[in-house]
Amino acid sequence: MPNRYWLVILLTALSLQAHAKESAADNYKAYCVQCHGLQGNGNGVNIRDMSVVPRDHTDAKSMSGRSDETIFKAIKEGGPAIDKSILMPPWGGTLSDEEITDLVQHLRMLCKCKFGS
Amino acid sequence: MKRILLATLLGFSGAALADGGLLQKECVSCHNISGPTAQTLNEAFAKKGPDLFYAGNKYRQQWLVSWLQKPRRIRPTGIYYGNHIKAGAKEDEIDAATLTPHLALSKADATAVAAELMKLKVHDDLIAKEKIESGTISKQMGEMTFNKFLGCMACHLIEPEYGGFSGPELYTATQRLQPEFMASYIRNPQAWDPKSWMPNKHLSDVNIQKLVRYLDLLSKESANAK
Repeated sequence: MPNRYWLVILLTALSLQAHAKESAADNYKAYCVQCHGLQGNGNGVNIRDMSVVPRDHTDAKSMSGRSDETIFKAIKEGGPAIDKSILMPPWGGTLSDEEITDLVQHLRMLCKCKFGS
Repeated sequence: MKRILLATLLGFSGAALADGGLLQKECVSCHNISGPTAQTLNEAFAKKGPDLFYAGNKYRQQWLVSWLQKPRRIRPTGIYYGNHIKAGAKEDEIDAATLTPHLALSKADATAVAAELMKLKVHDDLIAKEKIESGTISKQMGEMTFNKFLGCMACHLIEPEYGGFSGPELYTATQRLQPEFMASYIRNPQAWDPKSWMPNKHLSDVNIQKLVRYLDLLSKESANAK
């Protein structure tokens, strides 16, 4: 096989490794738990001085009031994108759209709810 | 005798320095000094100390020399906060028992390690993109920007008793960090660490300059309060 094909394969492999998708559980653990808490109930380690407390992801009533698209937008663009708190930052520079979509489903699992249910 | 025993136990001595340097011998057990940074979350979760392979782009040498002799915690919940918190009665709490103190070095070792660290500059490219403009900001405007407009206090302490815990304290930031590093990291944390817990808030140049000035103000106040 010519050397350049090996180079293409190597670069593709490195690229895939660099952009490998993380699981929603790991992304939640990495980025969400600091404010939304180990149990997802909004009681994260950072909340002591917050003027607005983080969303309780286990609250089926409030979570079912938001569509998947709205939650996706809040994660990607931050709270102000859906007229909510600036304390919820945009994660679009950290997570891919696919990872955010998975995260929305992870939240649906935490609240055991669907939009409008 | 105690000092000799301590040096032996810690493995820190002039001999260690002469034989390749403390940085390569000791610091690598907790710090990444050669790069690249964590490429996956599992790697990021396993970090024990901050990456040091760009230390020369990040820290102020004088602060390093001083801190290495009298280390104290800058990140209330360690490098990955998830390893150092537990569910509390009301909210998650810092699990202090899981946090280990940093070793203290002698003045000679601290000076030698700091000098070695300052040679590690793999991100000169990112630093070169930043230009810090001179100027001032009132404390009130800084606080408004930091807390109300940008929400940085969610994760960072801006006073010893105010702010969040998952990020490093910021009231000492300018004592520790080079201003161009602060600007660059605020602009794009993922350029330094793709798995950083800090989000890219897509801030304007104006806001980045404001934050760097505010952090400078906070650090001066903190230093004067000592």
